[in-house]
Amino acid sequence: MADRADPVIRTAGAVSAALVALLTLGALAAVAGRAEGLPRLGPADWAAIRFTLIQAVLSAGFSVALAIPVARALARRRFVGRELLVTLLGAPFILPVIVAVFGLLAVFGRNGLISQALVWAGLEPVHIYGLHGVVLAHVFFNLPLATRFLLQGWLAIPAERFRLAAALGFTPADVARSLEWPMLRAVAPGAFLTVLLICTTSFAVALTLGGGPRGTTVELAIYQAFRFDFDLAKAALLALIQVAICAAAAALAWRVAIPAGFGGGLDRVTERWGLTGTGLRLQDGAAILLAALFLLTPMAMIVAEGLPGLTGASPDIWAAALRSFAVALGSAALAVTLALSMALAVAAGPRLWAAPVGALAQLSIALSPLVIGTGLFILLFPVADPMTLALPVTAVVNAVMSLPFAYRALAPAVADTGLVYGRLSDSLGLSGWARLRIVVLPRVARPLGFAAGLSAALSMGDLGVIMLFAAPDAPTLPMQMYRLMAAYRMDEAAAAALILLAASLALFWVFDQAGRRHAVA
Amino acid sequence: MLWLDGVAVELGRFRLTASLEVPPGARVAILGPSGAGKSTLLSVIAGFQAPTAGRVLWQGQDITGADPGDRPVSVVFQDNNLFPHLTAAENVGLGLRPSLRLSAEEGSRVAAVLARVGLEGRADDRPAQLSGGEQSRVALARVLLRARPLMLLDEPFAALGPALKAEMLDLVKAVAAETGAAVLMVTHDPEDARRLGGQAIVVEAGRAAPPRDTAALLDDPPPGLRAYLEGGGE
Repeated sequence: MADRADPVIRTAGAVSAALVALLTLGALAAVAGRAEGLPRLGPADWAAIRFTLIQAVLSAGFSVALAIPVARALARRRFVGRELLVTLLGAPFILPVIVAVFGLLAVFGRNGLISQALVWAGLEPVHIYGLHGVVLAHVFFNLPLATRFLLQGWLAIPAERFRLAAALGFTPADVARSLEWPMLRAVAPGAFLTVLLICTTSFAVALTLGGGPRGTTVELAIYQAFRFDFDLAKAALLALIQVAICAAAAALAWRVAIPAGFGGGLDRVTERWGLTGTGLRLQDGAAILLAALFLLTPMAMIVAEGLPGLTGASPDIWAAALRSFAVALGSAALAVTLALSMALAVAAGPRLWAAPVGALAQLSIALSPLVIGTGLFILLFPVADPMTLALPVTAVVNAVMSLPFAYRALAPAVADTGLVYGRLSDSLGLSGWARLRIVVLPRVARPLGFAAGLSAALSMGDLGVIMLFAAPDAPTLPMQMYRLMAAYRMDEAAAAALILLAASLALFWVFDQAGRRHAVA
Repeated sequence: MLWLDGVAVELGRFRLTASLEVPPGARVAILGPSGAGKSTLLSVIAGFQAPTAGRVLWQGQDITGADPGDRPVSVVFQDNNLFPHLTAAENVGLGLRPSLRLSAEEGSRVAAVLARVGLEGRADDRPAQLSGGEQSRVALARVLLRARPLMLLDEPFAALGPALKAEMLDLVKAVAAETGAAVLMVTHDPEDARRLGGQAIVVEAGRAAPPRDTAALLDDPPPGLRAYLEGGGE
């Protein structure tokens, strides 16, 4: 009958849900069991908490504030390359953090383009390390995300409203007051809180650009307590604080309607009138040009600096790349399997199941990689040497971290397939693997490819939990690149950056394209 | 024989009861105002809707709890009868083997039924390349191939024009005659019921009445059906 789920789907869903529960709630419980009381926190730890909150608020504020003129310009101007620019706004999401940091250093660093220009003009070079460096990197990552949120808001304003405004002789200021401002009031808080949530778990940016004790986030403090002080109890306490911060941010974000970040349809431009004034055109042109320069120059620098060293890249780099590649593929396979089996269980299973399984699939949004990593270390330590399991653990944690995105991409398509073709499949006796192969997979090929590509790319570029477990003789590519940068071997780091960038983008592209090709009708 | 033994369905304020028999090979239209429960009746027989009381029996065997795929029925829905990503032949082949791993002999049986419904040479077309009438033919080819003793049709040709609809009804009758299946077809058009011939079940006021001769029923409708057919009385 309607509520009778397939035994295969039911079992797969239950196994996946149990595994995810172990990796999230289990890790959390392990952390809670080892944590010591608040009095253990020293001044440095309080400073880390303060720094985490301040940089997150600043990063979110700047990202959204700067996104407003960019999104407005993109919403009302047609120009050559607009579509490409909108597509590129999605790129930073899968850009490895360490690669982006390398690109930003090449522009804003001590020897970067801007410093060179300043020195040439007889001025002091810029100093990037510290709070402003961290915020700069976060804005680089999240300005595009915020722009996409806001652009969606702008395009959701019906074209008829703008037509009416034009008929009534509204000036651009009138349009802003009566149409655009109400939209922003509805959309901007969601964008702000989403960016805030992302920035509270900052690890790699703070590690590379924080510049020492004054620029340490809680996530980074966990790592330091773990690796440098060998103080598991303190690492666990910090992990709990990290969970509290994330959970608070996630709870806030959940209350505000969060716009879906991956929605299509951003390639159209609403017909507008009364925008031919020179001042307005200059304003929009400048917003688009500056945003494009800010986003594209660091990426161009990665290519420019990486290419010369590429042929001479050491075997170490290629070995690390191969390791990362294996981790990425394993992580993507796991993330997609978990997401698909949980989405199927939610769509086909009894209603009582749906809410908890769906929530479990998205729980890791409110957790951070180092919290899960710390928990897994505590769980694994009594039974195995965590160092020897560094790569598998990294793949598993990466899979759990990308599960919310994979699940959100897949769940609507899976539910839709059940609604439209469920009865037909039932009446033909299609069940179990045959149903998965013949009905479900072809119908969800597109989001499946997207989810696999996203998970693979995120895992390829991850510099987080691997740093906790890191076996020194078997680094992943992001870790190897970080070591090269820390040792000021910049030419080799540049080659590694280019390889890592290419690998991440290629992984995403190949899976996404495969999904599109297999999606028929 | 299909026997609905004291079947009742309650969904909130909606209520439907049915105690009736349909002999093998019968052709039965299901008539009645929208919302009365015509489709619900079909869903109970197909196994998509569990009755809150009573039993569904086929040839004396209780099938009330059987899975839809295990029942002696073939269903043609209002829409979405075909998977858009599969070819016409694959959509038909599903009726033989849900795994689609067909032997050569089974493959030629698929080709034969496609030819039978007038779709020779269209085996590799996908639904998007077929017209609405051709899509209905593919669905009926699958019914023909499955040769189950009960054909359940839920307003299957509502989207087709009058001439095409008549053509499809004749094909339904031909397919039923070849497989010896009984036909139960939901429709809101009395002309469809006349064309199908045979008997009709009237569903109204929470009750599905036992089948009666269609022509006699339509020529002298009881009050409830008359109000539905002729309007007024509201």
